[in-house]
Amino acid sequence: MKIKSPQDFWAGLMFIVFGLFFLIVARDYQMGTAVRMGPGYFPTVLGGILAVLGAVVLLTSFTMSGPKVPKLSFKPIFFISLGLILFGYLLKPIGFVLSVVVLVFVAAFGGHEFKLKEVAILAVILVIFSVLVFVKGLTLPFPLWPAFLD
Amino acid sequence: MDMSLFSNLALGFGVALTPINLMYCLIGVLLGTLIGVLPGIGPVATIAMLLPITFSLSPITALIMLAGIYYGAQYGGSTSAILVNLPGESSSVVTCLDGYQMARQGRAGPALATAAIGSFFAGCVATVIVAMFAPPLAEVALKFGPSEYFSLMVLGLVAAVVLAHGSVVKAVAMVILGLLLGLVGTDVNSGVLRFAFGVAELADGIGFVTVAMGVFGTAEIITNLELKDKREVFTSKVTNLFPSKDDFKRIWKPILRGTALGSMLGILPGGGALLSSFGAYTLEKKISVNGHMFGKGAIEGVAAPEAANNAGAQTSFIPLLTLGIPSNAVMALMIGAMMIQGIAPGPQVMTEKPQLFWGMIASMWVGNLMLVVLNLPMIGLWIKLLTVPYRILYPSILVFMAIGVFSLSNNPFDVLQMMLFGLLGYVFVKLACEPAPLLLGFILGPLMEENLRRAMLLSRGDPWVFFQKPISAGFLIASILLLVILALPALRKKREEAFQEG
Repeated sequence: MKIKSPQDFWAGLMFIVFGLFFLIVARDYQMGTAVRMGPGYFPTVLGGILAVLGAVVLLTSFTMSGPKVPKLSFKPIFFISLGLILFGYLLKPIGFVLSVVVLVFVAAFGGHEFKLKEVAILAVILVIFSVLVFVKGLTLPFPLWPAFLD
Repeated sequence: MDMSLFSNLALGFGVALTPINLMYCLIGVLLGTLIGVLPGIGPVATIAMLLPITFSLSPITALIMLAGIYYGAQYGGSTSAILVNLPGESSSVVTCLDGYQMARQGRAGPALATAAIGSFFAGCVATVIVAMFAPPLAEVALKFGPSEYFSLMVLGLVAAVVLAHGSVVKAVAMVILGLLLGLVGTDVNSGVLRFAFGVAELADGIGFVTVAMGVFGTAEIITNLELKDKREVFTSKVTNLFPSKDDFKRIWKPILRGTALGSMLGILPGGGALLSSFGAYTLEKKISVNGHMFGKGAIEGVAAPEAANNAGAQTSFIPLLTLGIPSNAVMALMIGAMMIQGIAPGPQVMTEKPQLFWGMIASMWVGNLMLVVLNLPMIGLWIKLLTVPYRILYPSILVFMAIGVFSLSNNPFDVLQMMLFGLLGYVFVKLACEPAPLLLGFILGPLMEENLRRAMLLSRGDPWVFFQKPISAGFLIASILLLVILALPALRKKREEAFQEG
């Protein structure tokens, strides 16, 4: 059999995987009865429905033709994700100011062009603005500088 | 009833006109306009971003500001639709068709003014409609039991499916996936920790702010970065703002019709600004004497959808305020905002917290007035903003999102979650699965399970209870009808055409 609609094929597969995942994990929880539903009842039913719907989507992908899956662009995915993780896990150790700078620079690598001067100016402006608004203004409890400087 | 309407509105204005609420209303509508103008960031991501900040505000102030963002975005969205042919907001998609053509003919000014006037008129009418219809609806809703609530949520979710682009089966699957994700965390009935896999942070469930920001914010940025930045702004062309006498003659009827249709479509579960603007444009094209001019710069084609989307944005608060049921993704976030503030959304809000209820309604009118007064003079500033390249914009948006999510609980895990949901959201985009139904399901998941359990307990396990109670049966029959109609080939084609038009 030939896949006529790749988008639906992969979407169907994704739904099946999610459905089975919830269905299988929910086996560890008590089902209960229809009168007194246990923690496993609702997720089991929903997981089953999701898997069935996924199968329907998957099967139609063999009969009805549809668009291809557009190409994934890994550059923005990588740099945006990396920037966010670094920001999150560096904020406490190196402080708010530096982690904003890190996020701006890493994220900027994900774009079409990287102009060092422009990014540097943007980072400075964003640091000043967010320190004033979020740390001073809204008094969010962020350390401004690395722990060893305080 | 009639007299109490006035005393209620007086109470509301008393709340809305306090200096602090006026200030946050202004901040809300300005922010809303700003993100409405800028393509690539919508009200969902913005409200999600600002939720953590509203912790420190009083509930009414927080809700006034967040509501302002939603209807403010409807004003802003039209500006970029007319000047750049880019819908800053999805509900402005149809405004591009005629608004941009008007701008190319050197009539950007009247187009912008028409959008603002139409929106303001619709906003005023919708405020009155909310004030009139919310109390009787809330009264009915007070009598709802668990089976009615469950069936109502089913209807709301089905309606969300109707509105999604593309395949119906996929949209239903997204709703179910959302429901399942909503179940992660501690089960309130049994205390059992579900789907947490030993991660302590998941005990309270997946934060809906992180889901919303990931799926609507991060994913959107990654998608935008794939496209080349190409915009054409008509900066020099905005002169002579005011519409001519002839223009006024042409727009007043479309504005009236747009307002009426938008108000009705906004109330429907699953409705809101988007459906309203599409509906109004299609209707106007059919019945206007200038129907043949549509798509070539007909001013009616700007007036009707702009009035409709603002009316719809506001009346979509009715199901939220009276039933506690969100009709679209933005309303789902408003529910989240209420819960953060310790308010259980539902019909009791009106009787228990009349200041909150009426204050919010009154603030909508105040906000609309601010928008129309401020926006026309500020158009120059918004145009300048449109010339800011995306490579400057997206790191800024990302920084604000990261700060907002981190401040939820001062935990890097939330940022990680947002990133993961961003990746998932990106996959959804690539596989043509719409995320809005997922978010609705996510919010409603625990509520639905709770009401299902209660209803089944009361009926001793008889599932027919949902069809034996008349109101509940009505909701379910309506849901089934909607799904059947959707599955009919003729209507399916119509629906696809309607989405194609945008």
